Amino acid sequence: MPDTLMEMFSYPFMVRAFTVGSLVALCSALLGVSLVLKRYSMIGDGLSHVGFGALAIAAAANAAPLAVAVPVVILAAVLLLRIRSSSRIKGDAAIALISTSSLAVGVMVISMTTGMNTDVYNYMFGSILAMSEEDVRISVALAIAVLALFVFFYQKIFAITFDETFARATGVRADLYNTLIAVLTAVTIVLGMRMMGALLISSLIIFPALTSMRVCRTFRSVIINSAVIAVVCLVIGITVSYVWATPAGASVVMTNIAALILYSLIGALRGRRSGN
Amino acid sequence: MALIKCENVSIGYEGQTVVRDLNFEIQPGDYLCIVGENGSGKSTLVKSLLSLKSVEKGKIVFGDGLKQNEIGYLPQQTDVQKDFPASVSEVVISGRLNSRGLKPFYTAADKKAAEEKMDMLGIRDLSRQCFRELSGGQRQRVLLARALCATKSLLLLDEPVTGLDPIVTAEFYQLIREINRESGIAVVMVSHDIESAVEDATHILHLQETALFFGTSDEYRKSRVGRNFLGGGDNA
Repeated sequence: MPDTLMEMFSYPFMVRAFTVGSLVALCSALLGVSLVLKRYSMIGDGLSHVGFGALAIAAAANAAPLAVAVPVVILAAVLLLRIRSSSRIKGDAAIALISTSSLAVGVMVISMTTGMNTDVYNYMFGSILAMSEEDVRISVALAIAVLALFVFFYQKIFAITFDETFARATGVRADLYNTLIAVLTAVTIVLGMRMMGALLISSLIIFPALTSMRVCRTFRSVIINSAVIAVVCLVIGITVSYVWATPAGASVVMTNIAALILYSLIGALRGRRSGN
Repeated sequence: MALIKCENVSIGYEGQTVVRDLNFEIQPGDYLCIVGENGSGKSTLVKSLLSLKSVEKGKIVFGDGLKQNEIGYLPQQTDVQKDFPASVSEVVISGRLNSRGLKPFYTAADKKAAEEKMDMLGIRDLSRQCFRELSGGQRQRVLLARALCATKSLLLLDEPVTGLDPIVTAEFYQLIREINRESGIAVVMVSHDIESAVEDATHILHLQETALFFGTSDEYRKSRVGRNFLGGGDNA
């Protein structure tokens, strides 16, 4: 086993996968706590489908994938937030509308150009080989931005997550922070989706938050636990994927499912012991 | 000088006016109850007092050292909060955000202020408890402590006893009375519970699109509007 691990890290693509993967998992876990608690979980799923459409168009146009996908998905994120806060269209319907439309556009574009081949498969379910040097650099920058947001504006993020009306009433610029969170989520999703897959990337946003909420009882501990769980699950998942040659995205999700079950059991045992 | 003065205020949604030509003021130490039926514009008025909704006409003037973001607001509880993982002290101290500007961390003074408010409301021993595990009455006390952290002079309570049982409701009113009398903090309460409102409040604003009545609660009891709304057989 140690030999296998040594060998794993001797491949540059594996080192890149671990680096980008851990940083993306860290960012999506932090952002995910706020999104899940504010009932925005589905935004992650919607954005990944938009990302799929954008990547397909970028490939067809021979453009750099990130240069096309990042702005498009940021735009979609800001738009989805706006729709959520206006009452005319119901948010869940809007997300379903946008995500299926983007998926359809993506599939059409791919079938007209390269045909339905391994590219589509890779977009949908991810590929461990997909990470480039550029992805590494962007993910480091992204992680710095997200960490800075959570260190310096932690109290404000808590306030708008717990009670946005009260936060606004006491002068917190909720729109600004919501937009920041949406933009960072968009970048995180675009970066992570080529490795995790468009269909699976939203799990990185939702699982760690839900898992840590089974056990943790303060906002601070939920945030810290989510970050740790996310990175640990990603590392285990990618290792499993390498050793047993399973798809990377699915392996990471399976590890996250295991963690959720484990934490649920711990939470249930604790609940029984304290008598409620 | 009044803490808040509303001059000819009209508020509406997309051209439809909900509150029309409203005039009233809140003096330091007042206990004002805003009563009225559902859809009479109470919540809209609350939003405008908090500057979450702009007025169509007229103006709301803040005075006597009260800044617009220094109202101690106790909102109605939301769905999000029912399973929110946060400790009582995390919730209470978030009321101090408005006094900190861009500084990222709470100071010892912020922590002390939060502890004082928790002592004042008898919830200090709950400070490490999880908010979602508290009873309805305890949650209201926690949110009230947060509101007190945010203000020096004015509490704004939006139907604070909704869903509380009669005993807890009575305790909560008692608490508000004490805060109002002993700390001299003005109270504005939106309420359905008209009998208790008249009992405790110094002033009543009866809203029905416009102000059907604004004055002291004694005057309200004698007024035609008040007698009709209060009901009973003593208005012969």
